[in-house]
Amino acid sequence: MKKGAEILVESLIKEGVEYIFGLPGAVLCDVYDVLYDSPLKFIITRHEQAAAHAADGYARGSGKAGVCMVTSGPGATNIVTGLATAYMDSIPLVIITGQVPTSMIGDDAFQEADIAGITRTISKYNYLVKDVNDLARTIKEAFYIATTGRPGPVLIDLPKDVLSGKAKYEYPEEVHIRGYNPNVQGHLKQIEKIAERISESEKPVIYIGGGVILSGADQEVEKLAEAINAPVASTLMGLGGFPGDHELFLGMLGMHGTYWSNMAVNHADLIIAVGARFDDRVTGRIDKFAPNATVIHIDIDPATISKNVQVDLPVVGDAKEVLRELNVKVKEKIKKKPERASWFSEIKSWKEKHPLSYTRDKKSVKPQWVIEKICEMAGENAIITTDVGQHQMWVAQYYKFKKPRTLLTSGGLGTMGYGLPAAIGVKLAKPDCPVINITGDGSFQMNMQEIATAVAYKIPLIVVILNNNTYGMVRQYQSLFYNKRYYATDLDANPDFVALAQSFGAAGLRVENEKDFDPIFKQALAEKRPVIIDIKTDKDEKVFPMVPSGGSVKDIMVN
Amino acid sequence: MKHVISVLVENKFGVLARVAGLFSARGFNIASLSVGETTDTTVSRMTIITSGDDQIIEQVIKQLRRIIDVIKVSDLTDESYVEREMVMIKVNADNKVRAELMQIVDIFRSKIIDVSPKGFIIEATGDSNKIDALLDLLKPFGIKEIARTGCAAMSRGSQKNHK
Ligand SMILES: Cc1ncc(C[n+]2csc(CCOP(=O)(O)OP(=O)(O)O)c2C)c(N)n1
Repeated sequence: MKKGAEILVESLIKEGVEYIFGLPGAVLCDVYDVLYDSPLKFIITRHEQAAAHAADGYARGSGKAGVCMVTSGPGATNIVTGLATAYMDSIPLVIITGQVPTSMIGDDAFQEADIAGITRTISKYNYLVKDVNDLARTIKEAFYIATTGRPGPVLIDLPKDVLSGKAKYEYPEEVHIRGYNPNVQGHLKQIEKIAERISESEKPVIYIGGGVILSGADQEVEKLAEAINAPVASTLMGLGGFPGDHELFLGMLGMHGTYWSNMAVNHADLIIAVGARFDDRVTGRIDKFAPNATVIHIDIDPATISKNVQVDLPVVGDAKEVLRELNVKVKEKIKKKPERASWFSEIKSWKEKHPLSYTRDKKSVKPQWVIEKICEMAGENAIITTDVGQHQMWVAQYYKFKKPRTLLTSGGLGTMGYGLPAAIGVKLAKPDCPVINITGDGSFQMNMQEIATAVAYKIPLIVVILNNNTYGMVRQYQSLFYNKRYYATDLDANPDFVALAQSFGAAGLRVENEKDFDPIFKQALAEKRPVIIDIKTDKDEKVFPMVPSGGSVKDIMVN
Repeated sequence: MKHVISVLVENKFGVLARVAGLFSARGFNIASLSVGETTDTTVSRMTIITSGDDQIIEQVIKQLRRIIDVIKVSDLTDESYVEREMVMIKVNADNKVRAELMQIVDIFRSKIIDVSPKGFIIEATGDSNKIDALLDLLKPFGIKEIARTGCAAMSRGSQKNHK
């Protein structure tokens, strides 16, 4: 017989967990008492939201499930944003929440919240374990559900008496859930049809999303693109799923995507969407999206098929598995690599017409320039985390991601405050890679307390604040669509970020002009502790191109 | 268009909330929902009546299938199926109209399950059309209260996929 807390910890060890991100609470003391003697490392964050983001960063960096453990009531409600963030981006997490004893559930007991109810629509699945005998099976199932099919966060709510109660411990070898049988292998006949359609296409575009990264299908995408000689556009979540410096790469598509990738999609006769969900930030006005194209959609989640855009040829399956088959079929069908000279020259002309560009001036350091510099100096192993806003879009546009899992960003929910805790998580998963959080002054202040966590665990990471003293992206909307009637967007009482960093025991550095950047960034890369770099930028710098929301490519604003 | 969707689910707490939550979170409307255990007590059947165009219904079904506790989803609408609903109706019934009411009850093969000096409680089963028709007929007498169960439905014949 074992105590629930022992069952929990032993099961986590069996699942290969290294780190638990969390924040304490008295209901979890049974667990800490077991963790005390275990090899697991508990990383205490300063806020539960950050614990969830850190576990998420660990998961995105490693490809394994991230684990987060927080207390009942307010601890549990504080993770809601982290959970929703992971849910929207299909990130595998196992979140453990303490709960009041079963006898008190529903009594409005001290620090009680119905977290299973609260998180039902933002988790892939959740459990309230009421009997310690169900605990081992529940944990096994939770990891299985989180990491298979379309991944996602799973929450396990554990009442105090379940953690202190005793049961026979047997960790199940296998999982059987009647209603859950993800379809990994794609339908072969359908794959053959797709190969056929590809061989007839004259203006194909491959459109990759986060699913390519989650399933590890990047090599297969590259092989497909080269075999059929098709340009590749990526969503924000797909960046890194195809080499950013490859000649077939068009860059990001959608709202802040490149002009030429949007034009290419608009003129394509075939769209091959892989692990992407036709998010509204990508499609803009649905009825004007890729009007001339046959749409192929490869995705593990049948519910994404024809959800937004009507799909002509769907294949439900794991992107890597399906593409592997597809590549075989394509090889049979396409003997000679098509040249597509006119298609590529069309794309080239769009690229020349409106390249990505910004103007440098003496007055201020341009954020786009900073991103290009970081990309150049950090090396291809560097992992970038971002927050949400203009800086995020500039990263997507100007940083050349060459490998999967090197960009960690909240694509679906768009969570400001994600970047720093995610950087902590990913640095623990990938200690040998430089980790840089590129953020805005607004976003940084949402979880800046986590500098303390990074300092406490000696986690060297770099935070680059593109400090424009405003909620830049919202200000940009006000500037373009509300007649410059700026409201609720100025950040007048920003702290001195350099002094702030230093007060945490981190290094604080400041870049005032372009020539400061090289030495300071070099120093940051060499530091063995967290570094915060404050870079003053211009409030009125804007992200272009931009397709106004609900608009189509025809409405694209290039400057 | 009206659709009758039959859903087999794990018989666990929280499942009803998950299914109902799916509808509310996406703004899909539920006209009726009924739940009960099947012969396998670990499995319940929900019958959901909803309406929408084909694309919405396709989404509803895909989203239902995505719920981990959902074992099987079938849209009965295009199959041959039977549906039944039960209703209890409390209706005014003084001496003058009792005979007439009893006749209506008879024609509809329903039952009077409670009698008081002022009224009856009538129990009726049938498909929703029949129940609506009965309610229409009773309305002039003065209906005081009704309790409808919502529909239960089952495909006809020997298809074994619906437990
Ligand atoms: C938690 C949260 N609150 C509000 C928003 C809405 N929002 C989107 S972008 C943005 C401004 C971001 O400002 P900042 O972090 O300074 O970055 P910048 O746009 O200036 O680069 C805001 C407030 C959000 N995405 N997330």
